[in-house]
Amino acid sequence: MPVVKAVSCPVCGSLCDDIELTIENGEVVKVKNGCAMCEAKFLSHRSEHRIRKPLIRKDGEFVETTLEEAIRRTAEILAEANYPVLYGWSNTSCEAISVGIELAEEVGGVIDNTAVVCHGPSLLSVQDMGIPSCTLGQIRHRADLIIYWGCDPWSAHPRHIERYTAFAEGRFEKSAWRGYMAKIRSLIGLKKIRSAAKRLVLKEPSEIEARLKPTFVPSIAREGRKLIVVDVRRTKTAEMADFFIQVEPGKDYELLQALRALVRDQELEVDHVAGVPVEYLEEVVDAMVSCDFGALFFGLGLTMGGAKLRNIDAALSLIRDLNMRTKFVIMPMRGHFNVTGANMVFTWQTGYPYAVDFSLGYPRYNPGETSVVDVLLRGESDAALVVASDPVSSFPRKAAEHLARNPLIYVGPHMDVTAQVADVVIPSAFVGIEAPGTAYRMDHVPIPLKKVVDPPEGVLPDEEILRRILSEVRKIKREKTKAEAA
Amino acid sequence: MELLIRNGFVFDPINGVNGEKMDIAVKDGKIVDKVNESRAKTIDATGMVVMPGGVDIHSHIAGGKVNAGRLLRPEDHFKDVERKTAVTRSGVGYSIPSTFTTGYRYARMGWTTVMDPAMPPLEAKHTHEELSDTPIIDKASYPLLGDWWFVLEYLRDGKIEECARHVAWMIKATKGYAIKVVNPGGLEAWGYGRNVESLDDPVPCFGITPREIIRGLCKVNKLLHLPHTIHLHTNNLGKPGNYLTALETMRCVEDLAENGKPVIHITHCQFCAFKGDDWRTFQSGAEEIANYVNAHSHVTLDMGQVIFTDTTTMTADGPFQYTLYTLTGNKWTNHDVETETSAGIVPFHYKRKSYVHATQWSIGLELALLIKDPWKIMMTTDHPNGGPFTAYPRIIAWLMSRKAREATLRKINPKARSRSLLPSISRELDFYEIAIVTRAGQAKALGLKNKGHLGVGADADIAIYNFNPETMDPAKNYRAVRRAFKRAAYTIKGGQVVVKDGEVLKHMDGATMWLDVQLCEPCEIELNENLKRRFKEYWTVEFENYPVSEDYLAVSHPIPVKADV
Repeated sequence: MPVVKAVSCPVCGSLCDDIELTIENGEVVKVKNGCAMCEAKFLSHRSEHRIRKPLIRKDGEFVETTLEEAIRRTAEILAEANYPVLYGWSNTSCEAISVGIELAEEVGGVIDNTAVVCHGPSLLSVQDMGIPSCTLGQIRHRADLIIYWGCDPWSAHPRHIERYTAFAEGRFEKSAWRGYMAKIRSLIGLKKIRSAAKRLVLKEPSEIEARLKPTFVPSIAREGRKLIVVDVRRTKTAEMADFFIQVEPGKDYELLQALRALVRDQELEVDHVAGVPVEYLEEVVDAMVSCDFGALFFGLGLTMGGAKLRNIDAALSLIRDLNMRTKFVIMPMRGHFNVTGANMVFTWQTGYPYAVDFSLGYPRYNPGETSVVDVLLRGESDAALVVASDPVSSFPRKAAEHLARNPLIYVGPHMDVTAQVADVVIPSAFVGIEAPGTAYRMDHVPIPLKKVVDPPEGVLPDEEILRRILSEVRKIKREKTKAEAA
Repeated sequence: MELLIRNGFVFDPINGVNGEKMDIAVKDGKIVDKVNESRAKTIDATGMVVMPGGVDIHSHIAGGKVNAGRLLRPEDHFKDVERKTAVTRSGVGYSIPSTFTTGYRYARMGWTTVMDPAMPPLEAKHTHEELSDTPIIDKASYPLLGDWWFVLEYLRDGKIEECARHVAWMIKATKGYAIKVVNPGGLEAWGYGRNVESLDDPVPCFGITPREIIRGLCKVNKLLHLPHTIHLHTNNLGKPGNYLTALETMRCVEDLAENGKPVIHITHCQFCAFKGDDWRTFQSGAEEIANYVNAHSHVTLDMGQVIFTDTTTMTADGPFQYTLYTLTGNKWTNHDVETETSAGIVPFHYKRKSYVHATQWSIGLELALLIKDPWKIMMTTDHPNGGPFTAYPRIIAWLMSRKAREATLRKINPKARSRSLLPSISRELDFYEIAIVTRAGQAKALGLKNKGHLGVGADADIAIYNFNPETMDPAKNYRAVRRAFKRAAYTIKGGQVVVKDGEVLKHMDGATMWLDVQLCEPCEIELNENLKRRFKEYWTVEFENYPVSEDYLAVSHPIPVKADV
């Protein structure tokens, strides 16, 4: 059976590229090195939820149609629209995104990617302050302090810690995996001794407790790599951390500013900040300023919690302050595998990372005005193209309602909620499984995506579908100008 | 397709043509001896200047850093937009234009070849994706190799040939064109927030000095027979007193020169020609640098001219950009790349009334005017570090006209004016010399055989400017010079007319040039095995996923190079 090596995984922003796939009869049958999400995606690409034929809604019902007809109808909708929105893009290749932007420019619409409901506020904040960052390998080789804030990589980016941070083996910093294993082992051992002692000696637990001091030191003061987790709840990642700070929901901004004050050697005149004792914070700040290389990763818990972009402002300011004392970097934990790539392509072609409006013939950017959610909430769009995304299930209800009222075209592999309310559905191949392309890892490293199996018969990649739509739109426009001239 | 450009004043320094009235014939994208006059399309260039298409040896137009700069500065784009037309894509400026706009703006000025000077190897695909989206112009990119761990280790161990083989692999893998070295040793030190202070300051954890890196890579460059020299951004860049470092750097490779050929290119030299102990005693060190360069033939420079405007500084020199951030308190982006390099971005406003900025402006022009041989100094702004490339027409006017310089001098900081050497310099470049500093010299330094001249067999990249040197004196009519270079009368790229009267007529792909460095075969296999073995220790991507395949290049133009190892 053929085994394909060094396959990139098209699931999360970690873009692990060491996956090994076993292929049998044009299907993936075995996945090696991947996490559970990776395995699920590679093994289920032929699931029954797949759309296999283009669909057009006629009298309220979907009817199967030809690809040519679906593309013609799509092009008509887009060419006739005054203010179409083109949304999605984070689950497809940069090559497809590039064609998408050209299409948006051609039809004078608004193009936006999923960052608008994700790390959009982080981007706004970066535009205000800049971002001291690096590639993930730099953290693997050098970081002796790693902080995860408002994110749970153990669940959402399962191999992040093992490949890039605390448990990765670097040139100057060794993996903290052994320490973690020792901790787990001693915890398990402790539990066993406790229960044995209870059964044999039948003493009061408190008496035994005194003699069962843990052999490991879970202290922030120890040597080697340290992991700190800040979150509103005790996540799986927090379980592994050397130090866990449970911040009160919505109080991240306060906590960040308190840390900034402490980094700048200012006294705090309170005992608690955001529900955390100040002594704790002082210990954390000591670890921060005394490390050789620190890295802070933040997730939507910080970006979408409470103060939104102000949170990120505070986090970036903290990192700027810390750079006066030591080396410190910060990075958002990007979700979809190519949301970073979408931001990149948007930026080099239009100057802006998301929410780009072409209605005046040049790229215009004003999030809050030109962002898709706001366009929909104001009910301004009159057609919509959704590629590789499911906005109806994630947008605010009013926005989703307007989206469904628009003539809606869906391009994607699944029969998801957006597809179900669409007027035209064009099935597409899975990028990274059935179609090649490029995606950008969360640290802006471009990674090639492989085609390992053929797509179902008649199903094309997003890039090709968009190219056909674009040329059809141009054809319709040419016909129209000819007719007007005549 | 055939084309005949009639009756222009041709300036083609590589072939010694100095303003002679003659015809240029083009066939199938190349310059030819003659064409069938009745069939060929004719361009009447009577009363106009005809030059080879412009060549830019150093301009940050693509890649991770440039894009991070674009993302960082929406305010830079708001004031400068390009509408979509029937033939062109839309875009934005100003100091960091979007890719399409970059291509069009270069073409409008008559530039047809541009080198992006800083490609982090790990992110090379990104650079190439952007270069492929930069229309019309031909381009290439230099991978950053001065702080790559393999280079540091092999040079430390004195294994020059081993180092050369790895560099060759890297240039091929990244589809690069030359060895770029930025603040050698300093970027590795920046991994832990430090820097190196001098040529003999050891690099932390690696036991090698910047001097050894520079000399080592110079030798590597020779072993590989690369067409360009090493392209060096010096240590201590942007610090007062650094002209001494620049001189020391040039001196340290003096003995490696053979037959009077250049072995090192000191890029954006203005930024490393600072005299003084601090910003208050800051002064121009241009005279000392110029004296050295006038007496030696192993070095070429480019200006890195400063323009009084709001721009975005971006270099791979992480520690320097951090210093700039602490100086200005402005936005700051940093991006270190594992095992290879770093990068930093800080917006910057050069003000006429600032003593330091005005002196910097003066230094760039002093260098260009005091270095006697125009083949040794090239015109750049280190786009966008000194200012956007769209300011080239203004620099040309300053170089050609004392009057233009005086007009600007009158408006700058008085202290800077009184200390500037410019009032004492009467030299005014003519069109022949301008053709050298803007195209011929750059093409020669880059070893581009088919660019920068109009001899038979050269690529038909031609710029025609509406300025009549017979009836007008550029020194007096410097505004007309500026206008002429701002909007070329015609730009011809690969034999096709792409710009007429400053308007883009055509959106077409330009080629990406790269060096196909050929090693002897057995060592190539051994090299791959060695790299594969060590890859996982060094990087976080797989060996197979690292190289840039030719699919990433819209038009791939490999240039074969036979190496000595």
